[in-house]
Amino acid sequence: MLASVSRRAILAIYAVIIIIPLTVVAFGSFKSTQELFAGPFSLPHSLAPDNFTEVVGGQNLGSSFMNSVIVTGISVPLTLFLASLAGYAVSRLKGFMSWAIFGFLVLGMAIPAQANMVPLYVLFGRLGLLDNLAGLILANVVSTLPIAVFILGGFMRTLPKELYEASSIDGSGPWKTYSSIALPLSAPSIAAAAIFLFVIHWNELLYPLLFIQTPGNRTLPLALLSFQGEFQTNYPLLFAGVILASLPVVVAYVFLQRYFVAGITAGASKG
Amino acid sequence: MSIHPGTAAKRKAPDSHTPANPAKVRRRSPTRVNPALYLFPLPAVAVIAFFLVMPTLQAFQYAITDWNGFSAAFNYVGLDNFIRAFTKDSLFTNALTNNLKFVLLVVIAQTAFSLVLALLLTKNSRGSILLRALFFFPTILSSVSVAFIWKFIYDPNFGLANTVLRTVGVDGGAYLGNDAQALYWVAVTQVWFHSGQMMVVYIAGLQAIPKELYEAAEMDGANKWQQFKSITWPFVAPATSIVVAYTTVQSFKAFDLILGIAGNPPKAALDILSTRIYSTFANSEFGYAAAQSIIFMAMIALVTWLQRRLLRLTPKGD
Repeated sequence: MLASVSRRAILAIYAVIIIIPLTVVAFGSFKSTQELFAGPFSLPHSLAPDNFTEVVGGQNLGSSFMNSVIVTGISVPLTLFLASLAGYAVSRLKGFMSWAIFGFLVLGMAIPAQANMVPLYVLFGRLGLLDNLAGLILANVVSTLPIAVFILGGFMRTLPKELYEASSIDGSGPWKTYSSIALPLSAPSIAAAAIFLFVIHWNELLYPLLFIQTPGNRTLPLALLSFQGEFQTNYPLLFAGVILASLPVVVAYVFLQRYFVAGITAGASKG
Repeated sequence: MSIHPGTAAKRKAPDSHTPANPAKVRRRSPTRVNPALYLFPLPAVAVIAFFLVMPTLQAFQYAITDWNGFSAAFNYVGLDNFIRAFTKDSLFTNALTNNLKFVLLVVIAQTAFSLVLALLLTKNSRGSILLRALFFFPTILSSVSVAFIWKFIYDPNFGLANTVLRTVGVDGGAYLGNDAQALYWVAVTQVWFHSGQMMVVYIAGLQAIPKELYEAAEMDGANKWQQFKSITWPFVAPATSIVVAYTTVQSFKAFDLILGIAGNPPKAALDILSTRIYSTFANSEFGYAAAQSIIFMAMIALVTWLQRRLLRLTPKGD
């Protein structure tokens, strides 16, 4: 009895600690600074999107949003494509080669991005990949390819070998077997990996901070970070930025929650 | 690598074999693999080799130079950069101390808290599933967004925390403004940010424990604490090692959160290794920044290794 009461109490308190700040941010994004400070918990007086028009138009968050869409929209499928090709080969090759390729590709999970950022910056400078979206896309692909191979390769290895063999006997080459057998059967793990990559790429801050100079090339997290100094305590404006930056991920979470949990947990259990 | 001439070989290769029927039958015997398969991992291997492995190895080379990133000339300075980091650079040792303190705080708090949440939400009831989804939610937000939310909570004048405290007649604190406490408050934010994610890992571990064990223990008269100590804790040990390892790496790299909450560059009280490396780099001390990166990598490896040893000892000791 006592246990059940304290269980409920702990869960209720933590639920409040999560819900209240999020509600304050959502309401606050429609308030003026005075209104927010006077009553952070109250409903906004009006739903006029002044703060949103200011950040989207005045602060160019609109173009940053588009940049984020482009970078994420290309780097997620590209990572998945390269990782699934590699994962497929690893699941079909045998013995040492399979092990060696998988090991080489997955090893990168142990290398934190900050560890090689200086040489990467120099290399990207030589290749003309600084201060443009192509460089960000490549950096995203490189940094998440190891974990994507780990998730997809790990899954493809569990697919029954007989399916591959049956397909070979039917006369299908590796490409056909990859595209018509391996990929469709791996759909659940591809979906989980896609969500995981989407969250990582959409929220990525280090590479834009390293590479991007021109404000017009900023992605959302970098644009938001630049608000930090500019609007010290103009929280309603910061909140409008937070809402815009989070909206696509939140909408996806509402509809694809199962894959989020599977994907982000698969990413976590890499150890 | 040069089994098939031409770059279009990847698509073409399989079809080019199909007409040769007798050869095909022999090749497709289960012991042989189609050589075209070696082309599949090639793009990934090339990308990783060129953009991940090579830069990481180069970091070791840069680390023993005084290169400033621009001039063509630089000197090899041996281990000077490493000696400087540990003995002459109080900014670096400060960031190192902060980082270790931060990791320790977050690992202990987040592991314990996510286990508590998981224990309370193990059953797949409607309410549990709803609360899991809610507790998981902060994980999907960007670090900068979470930083802004908590900047407002901690704002000494208008912030949520002090507004709530004032209504019950308590004077609030300065939170991030108080250098002695700032790191602890960011640790609280980090735990709020990622506990839900680790809770999910724990729930998977807890649900795999056979129920019969608890029933048997109950019959033997074991109380809840004894059941936790001798059944739950040893059984979730694999989950614990995942949670601890992941939390360690995650809190070592709390770069985005620190920059979002403290600004760029952060003040000394909130400077950690990754932000320090970035500042050194931004100051165009490329050689020195590379040396710091290597220390950073070594620290992560060392702490992870220590934890594995400690965790392996715990269940045996029980």
